[in-house]
Amino acid sequence: MPKVWKFGDSVNTDDILPGKYAPFMVGEDVFQTYAFAHLRPGLAAELGRGDVLVGGRNWGLGSSREYAPMALKKLGIGGIIAHSFARIHYRNLLNLGIPAFESPEIADLLEEGDTVELDPRSGLLIRRTAAGEQQLQLPPPPEFLREALEAGSILEFYRRFKRFPGEREGAVE
Amino acid sequence: MTARPQTLAEKILSRRSGHAVYAGELAVVEVDQVMIVDSIAQSVIAVLKDLEATPKYPHKVSFVIDHVAPASSVSVAQAQKEAREYAAAHGCRLFDVGRGICHQVLIEERLAQPGWIVLGSDSHSTTYGAVAAFGTGMGATDIALAAASGRTWLKVPESVKVFLSGDLRPGVSAKDVALEMIRMLGADGATYQSIEIHAGDRFSRGERMTLANLCVEAGAKAGLVVPGGEVLHAYGYDFPEWVYPDPGARYLREVHIDLGTLAPRMSAPSEVDNVHDVSELRGLRVDQVFIGTCTNGRLEDLHAAARVLRGRRVAAHTRLLIIPASSEVMEAAMQDGTLLTLLQAGAVLGTPGCGPCMGRHQGVLAPGEVCVSTSNRNFIGRMGAADARIYLASPAVAAATAAMGAIALPSDLEEAPHA
Repeated sequence: MPKVWKFGDSVNTDDILPGKYAPFMVGEDVFQTYAFAHLRPGLAAELGRGDVLVGGRNWGLGSSREYAPMALKKLGIGGIIAHSFARIHYRNLLNLGIPAFESPEIADLLEEGDTVELDPRSGLLIRRTAAGEQQLQLPPPPEFLREALEAGSILEFYRRFKRFPGEREGAVE
Repeated sequence: MTARPQTLAEKILSRRSGHAVYAGELAVVEVDQVMIVDSIAQSVIAVLKDLEATPKYPHKVSFVIDHVAPASSVSVAQAQKEAREYAAAHGCRLFDVGRGICHQVLIEERLAQPGWIVLGSDSHSTTYGAVAAFGTGMGATDIALAAASGRTWLKVPESVKVFLSGDLRPGVSAKDVALEMIRMLGADGATYQSIEIHAGDRFSRGERMTLANLCVEAGAKAGLVVPGGEVLHAYGYDFPEWVYPDPGARYLREVHIDLGTLAPRMSAPSEVDNVHDVSELRGLRVDQVFIGTCTNGRLEDLHAAARVLRGRRVAAHTRLLIIPASSEVMEAAMQDGTLLTLLQAGAVLGTPGCGPCMGRHQGVLAPGEVCVSTSNRNFIGRMGAADARIYLASPAVAAATAAMGAIALPSDLEEAPHA
């Protein structure tokens, strides 16, 4: 059963993956093992597939490096719930198909070690604690991104339709 | 072109999407330049190959080898080789090792122009706002899609108006203004927004680059410095009439900074918005001073450092690393004697590029060390060891700190004897 890992405010892209461990520095096969190397040493080895990361304000501030979310994808993260996301990182998460939800209330409610089940499409989160089971509804992604998320990622969407989400066909050119 | 008054961001995105767009709407826009740095080139190329696509407009795609230049390992050398070969095979521009930092080089090469949209695979691509281009950072997937299609999608941002008035006091620089702006807005104060800086005819092109560069540290999607007076005309830019915000444009919020009230500023570890007056931090022993980066590696920055260090020596326990932002900066600083002054003061010189800013080579920090840097990020572990501490400051403050071996103001040196 996937677990919750809880973080504070302002988790930056160097916290998620220090720049010196980018794949071209250490190799494609291992770079994700350095996720959270400074912030929470050893965590990358403990993270399980489908686990949910919970953050505070401004998750992902910093670099445009897609390696930070790529490391999370390679580790099999099921989704991220935060008070708010930094812009470039949010876009990178969606581009890679990692579900990202802004919800201060649910981020505050969840606790480290909770077991959860997250449906990335509906945003339905089932939380299991000693006290019992709880169903929580995360806010849906912005309207214009929904068709891209339906396709799995923005890359898949473009590959299939040769246009961008929200773009009217033939609108440009 | 439109009925409702628009911000500068709305105007640029309208122009390039072919119809009027306003904050909150989704725009698909034509892109004028796509910039790809060495550290992400492999990923961009992989996505392009995965899409079975090549750059649609090769002349609008530039590769810059600056993040780890020259290469520090075989895997880095291999990644750079792939970027070089890809650029050559597809007719894209390549700025190779030593030419300099992507943002500096693109501005020098006129690959960012007023009213353009420039996408960069580096978060500090907001720098292009210095010349009223909509510059924004994106990841490998977005960059690859933009190269393949010549377009991208953007949510049209709300804008924050930053209004600067008055005159800076001696010893206070554009960096201090930018740090004050970040302090006022907060590190996430302008997330998903464009910062529109109204500075009149104050500040040179390089100083405007410093202001625009740091807008991303307040979370902004773009940082546009409104062209004012003759200041950019003097650099030979041609300003289309429309590249100004409309009177009556709608702003999410307005912030006013009276420049005359500012003292030199410093960001203390380990968030950029942890901003203090330098006088509060004065006296802290410093192991390394780094003057360079896309924020403050320009000729005027080296001039500011040389003015402070002329006839002085870097403190015995402190290293001063200077890395010009580009080969053009390096050459000019060599010709006018600036580099000689700095070398005589005891500075170490590096290859034009990003240097140790992101902790990959050329001057990483040992555990427990303290660095004063003219760069733009002081995150934990950014420049090496996780418990090294990074303070961000202007070139003049960095130079004074190098001479004293401890955090100092240039005015502190006047009381200290020459070495």
